[in-house]
Amino acid sequence: MPVLVIAQHNNSTINPATLNTVTAARKIDADVHVLVAGSDNQAAADAAAKIHGVKKVIKVDAPELEKRLAENHAPVIAANADGYSHILAPATTFGKNVMPRVAALLDTQQISDIIDVIDGDTFKRPIYGGQAIAEVKSSDSQKVITVRPTAFDAVDADGGSAEASDGAASGDAGLSSFVGLEASESDRPDLSSAKIVVSGGRGFGSKENFAMIEALADKLGAAIGASRAAVDSGYVPNDYQVGQTGKVVAPELYIAVGISGAIQHLAGMKDSKVIVAINKDEEAPIFSIADYGLVADLFDAVPELTDKL
Amino acid sequence: MKVLVPIKRVIDYNVKVRVKADNSGVELNNVKMSMNPFDEIAVEEAIKLKEVGKVTEIVVVSIGPDKAADVMRTAMAMGADRGILVKTDAALDLGGVEPLAVAKTLKALVDKESPDFVIMGKQSIDDDSNQTGQMLAALLGWAQGTFASKVVLGDGKVDVTREVDGGLETVSLKLPAVITTDLRLNEPRYVKLPDIMKAKKKELEEITPEDLDVDYTPRLTVVSVSEPPVRSGGVKVASVDELIDKLKNEAKVI
Repeated sequence: MPVLVIAQHNNSTINPATLNTVTAARKIDADVHVLVAGSDNQAAADAAAKIHGVKKVIKVDAPELEKRLAENHAPVIAANADGYSHILAPATTFGKNVMPRVAALLDTQQISDIIDVIDGDTFKRPIYGGQAIAEVKSSDSQKVITVRPTAFDAVDADGGSAEASDGAASGDAGLSSFVGLEASESDRPDLSSAKIVVSGGRGFGSKENFAMIEALADKLGAAIGASRAAVDSGYVPNDYQVGQTGKVVAPELYIAVGISGAIQHLAGMKDSKVIVAINKDEEAPIFSIADYGLVADLFDAVPELTDKL
Repeated sequence: MKVLVPIKRVIDYNVKVRVKADNSGVELNNVKMSMNPFDEIAVEEAIKLKEVGKVTEIVVVSIGPDKAADVMRTAMAMGADRGILVKTDAALDLGGVEPLAVAKTLKALVDKESPDFVIMGKQSIDDDSNQTGQMLAALLGWAQGTFASKVVLGDGKVDVTREVDGGLETVSLKLPAVITTDLRLNEPRYVKLPDIMKAKKKELEEITPEDLDVDYTPRLTVVSVSEPPVRSGGVKVASVDELIDKLKNEAKVI
């Protein structure tokens, strides 16, 4: 049976996390279809049709689908899920919000945040903030799944030529409306998919001092992340948070500055390829997982590193 | 307005979780248990709304063993009015009753109690599923405001500011609705000893899943639980120069 991937998109372009989700889907079955539900979303549907390995794209275009309101999107996904053994979406705030609603409509127990596909019924997922990995087997005939993007490689965004089709809309549920988005403006790479991430913690002491990390990030072409402590202290916006309840990242290089390394933070970055820790406390837990640790005052080390790179 | 606040007793968030030697689950013996931190935030928000006169009654609900009453007493000491405990012996170390069954239980209780809204944690920190609130909203045909960092109750509606990947999104929801809490919604209060004494006198009703006609047969089987791959400890470098050298020539990442 074919599997269905729910595209994350902004009506014109496809969010890269969709590409990782397609990889997970292809591990279940080679017959991968993509649902692109939105409004004025032909461009997004065209982009989805080019994704490597996608056989068919189903476009649903309706005004009530312009924003990602779960109340309007979940019925459309459920209605278009007929004939699919698995329905997958990225475990981003989009997928986390809408997919459980889909699962409940289909009366199936969702499997959240999978990091591996064993077979069509069996998956691995982290529990306890990544302190343990559970292998779970589903007995539901139709499976709703969210996929941790960093656990699967992205397929090529180009090279495919999927068949195009139109799916049915479900109308406005009339339960919710979009008021606004206070977007975090940034010219830097997206935190979730950046090759290099520079993260700061409480060690910076103030929002003004935290700005020091921007120069380092600019030098490296890196995205900026933060510990919960730095976000709670108001140094950076909420969507910079890396950790169990924030973003999970796995870049080539993760530089943690002034971050002690609470379990909850490690859960969000310990799959990074190379980890560097800079901290003045040599007992800080972050050093136990860092490939390279530098015990130093960040106010000396960060400017020096920025200069010499 | 009346509000229902589902809460869960989980391994305390400061505890280092240990996988059982036979890979069947995680160790619960002599492990500190507490209220799920996101649920504590939900209880706090409900109490704040009661303090400003928008909420009149706070009912906390939990699904679990007798011991789950401990966190319900904590919620009552914080300021919740009464509690309903749905008793079950489902294995706790893997997250207890599955989210869909929890959502069905809560739907049955919503049908009975008719609250104006439900506020609950966005996820429990044991199985990290992040599903129950959304599922409950679907089963009830209600709106959902997930990952809330701000809640503004209005007349027949609630505006919820949500922590999303791109920033902060605000949605306006028709009441009744389900709201799930994120970390920055508020800071839960500490309970005082006299309040703990007072909480012992508050009503705590005990019922069973059968009373609500909900089936707790799991849909997922846990095949095994294992330790995550351990990162081998790295090296300490003595200077910024050495660090740059290692990153360029050894790790080759810059």
